[in-house]
Amino acid sequence: MSVAETIGDENSLADAEPLLRVEGLKMHFPVTEGLFMRRTVGHVKAVDGVSFTIAPGETLGLVGESGCGKTTVGRCILRLENPGAGKVVFAGTDIAGMKASEISKLRQDVQVIFQDPFSSLNPRQKIGSIISEPLRVHGIIKDPTKRRERVAELLRICGLNPRFADRYPHEMSGGQRQRVGIARALSVNPKFIVCDEAVSALDVSIQAQVINLLEDLREQFNFSYLFIAHDLSVVRHICHRVAVMYLGKIAELADCDELFDNPRHPYTQALLSAVPVPDPTVEEARSHQILEGEVPSPMNPPSGCVFHPRCPQAIETCRREVPELQEFSPGHMVACPVVLGK
Amino acid sequence: MGFASKNRVTNPKFWEASGGWSLDSLLEITDLTTEFDTSDGVVRAVGGISYSVGVGEVVAIVGESGCGKSVGAMSILRLIPEPPGRIAKGQVLFEGRDLLKLSNAEIRDVRGRDIAMVFQEPMTSLNPVLSIGRQLTETLLRHTDMSESQAKDRALDLLRQVGISDPARRLTQYPHHLSGGMRQRAMIAMALCCEPKLIIADEPTTALDVTIQAQILELMKDLSERLGVAQLIITHNLGVVARYAKRVNVMYAGKIVEMGTAKEIYHHPRHPYTLGLLASVPRLDQPRGTILIPIEGQPPDLTRLDEGCAFRPRCRFATDRCAYEIPELESVAGDHMSACWQHEDLDQKKGTAA
Ligand SMILES: Nc1ncnc2c1ncn2[C@@H]1O[C@H](COP(=O)(O)OP(=O)(O)OP(=O)(O)O)[C@@H](O)[C@H]1O
Ligand SMILES: Nc1ncnc2c1ncn2[C@@H]1O[C@H](COP(=O)(O)OP(=O)(O)OP(=O)(O)O)[C@@H](O)[C@H]1O
Ligand SMILES: [Mg+2]
Ligand SMILES: [Mg+2]
Repeated sequence: MSVAETIGDENSLADAEPLLRVEGLKMHFPVTEGLFMRRTVGHVKAVDGVSFTIAPGETLGLVGESGCGKTTVGRCILRLENPGAGKVVFAGTDIAGMKASEISKLRQDVQVIFQDPFSSLNPRQKIGSIISEPLRVHGIIKDPTKRRERVAELLRICGLNPRFADRYPHEMSGGQRQRVGIARALSVNPKFIVCDEAVSALDVSIQAQVINLLEDLREQFNFSYLFIAHDLSVVRHICHRVAVMYLGKIAELADCDELFDNPRHPYTQALLSAVPVPDPTVEEARSHQILEGEVPSPMNPPSGCVFHPRCPQAIETCRREVPELQEFSPGHMVACPVVLGK
Repeated sequence: MGFASKNRVTNPKFWEASGGWSLDSLLEITDLTTEFDTSDGVVRAVGGISYSVGVGEVVAIVGESGCGKSVGAMSILRLIPEPPGRIAKGQVLFEGRDLLKLSNAEIRDVRGRDIAMVFQEPMTSLNPVLSIGRQLTETLLRHTDMSESQAKDRALDLLRQVGISDPARRLTQYPHHLSGGMRQRAMIAMALCCEPKLIIADEPTTALDVTIQAQILELMKDLSERLGVAQLIITHNLGVVARYAKRVNVMYAGKIVEMGTAKEIYHHPRHPYTLGLLASVPRLDQPRGTILIPIEGQPPDLTRLDEGCAFRPRCRFATDRCAYEIPELESVAGDHMSACWQHEDLDQKKGTAA
């Protein structure tokens, strides 16, 4: 494993033409009331103006508290939601305007690995058939024997015995099922994988196996990942760049080392301070900044900066003006008037 | 145990209650064994564990999913469904009384009054059709001789103590009106109702965001310092343990394989499983790019345990002896114990085999 190598590549990654460009993405879900006459009483601003890029071979982390809109961003990229505004440009084409044939190609290029390895696998389907399904659906390999060979290869790549092809999901452990999910995502040779809490449900010892697998695959096949997770230690380990979301907006976006070494946004600082480090001596010496309150409802977000009611550094401006995500230093974007000195 | 002795002085109630019995341990568990009958054979979920919790002390239990943490904790309060389960043997001394020998009425009194539980999913212990206020006052009326109005005041005070904003309004609300973090706080308020001496918290923050997790854990730590409540925290989060626990029991396949102070366990682990756990978690305080070393293989099937060490198939240090003789917990240094034939050499081997 050449972790150092991947990190060394970061500059060239930033210069490359992005594989994915998300621009001003908005996804507001209507909230309805009434049994017969459904009327819209408001909107959940799940994603409210999000922009970022991901280069080939790059992993962008997406972190933030529950309900901040991470999964919705992923679903928009997968075209499982139709965003209300903004663009998702994959390999140079806006996915909103794609023709049927292009969408079929997109469904191969962009894959997803879900959090819950159990509910995302059909319990009545054998592992082999689960993994080969995309190959069949997309007509990539038509010959059943060849498909079986490919399944065996995929299982091997993911560190599973090819004999597992004849098993059912319930006969496997959580870590093994997560590997099946990965094998299925790999089957169609994707370029881009959305990992939505892909390792969150796993025990630490098994989690490390899957993280290492994802890193090895990235190196081998030059995948790009959108790595959605709430475990910041895992995100720091695997990502090149990280975007921190709060209530549908990006609060801060920077190179991984920069973000974790020099967090600028008060929300990022509070998040990092809340993560306990597995070392009692380090923990004794650390000061803990405990963030008060809870995330407000996305149906009725606070005025100005959505973080201002919980922010220890908020000033008058924060209540009135919505901060733009702006460059603080090269590659380091922050949406905070206090930090940007405005 | 500096904390326990401090607590003894400041908590005169405990002086009276203890009645001359050894003051240092509140809970003393010996050879606790819990089994389940399944179609696949007998599952020995807890295979003879022994440990103690001191007065006002925070003890953590860590280990992989399915290793018996919850069953071990539920066994203390005899909350194991029987059948298919049974507490096959052991002793659970709480303030000198064996909880396993109490009558059903007696153990019900202990639950909620002397020992409270906080679960991962608050809805398992909050009643969805009763307001938060009703649930608190009913518990108080059942376990104490408070009047209705005293109980109401106390309920309000409890919600305030656990940091719930606007407590008067919350008393009238139902659990589904509250967010996940709020519910967890309400459950802690329930647990504190009768000033228990011990709170057993089973993954109290696993379902919560890190910022809310920090709030809740800080609250529980503060409560144990202020009120001298001992805590048994069950978690698989090694960071949480490092931040909040004084002592740690590491479990694997139904047994405690290592125990000691948090510092001993984290800085001088003497069981290969503990070593493996620590090497497999990414840490914010270490250089990025530190390689994770997973524990290869899978946790064992608890119905198929043999006469050898259960960790053997995944162990880098296994020898022939591990296959036919189960290592018992042995002292490594003072109270630091490890159940591994190799524990003496492990410090040196760690460097060479990694
Ligand atoms: N189909 C939908 N209809 C209405 N509201 C929705 C829908 N999908 C998501 N939401 C809301 O949008 C917000 C963002 O949800 P999303 O699932 O993207 O959050 P998340 O960051 O992935 O959270 P988590 O960490 O809990 O998975 C939430 O308030 C959620 O309730
Ligand atoms: N009612 C039951 N019937 C049969 N087996 C059971 C029952 N309850 C628990 N077990 C088994 O006992 C073992 C220990 O379970 P326990 O719930 O204590 O694990 P745990 O360490 O708390 O895991 P987790 O971290 O996933 O909560 C498991 O192998 C489980 O399958
Ligand atoms: Mg999500
Ligand atoms: Mg459990």
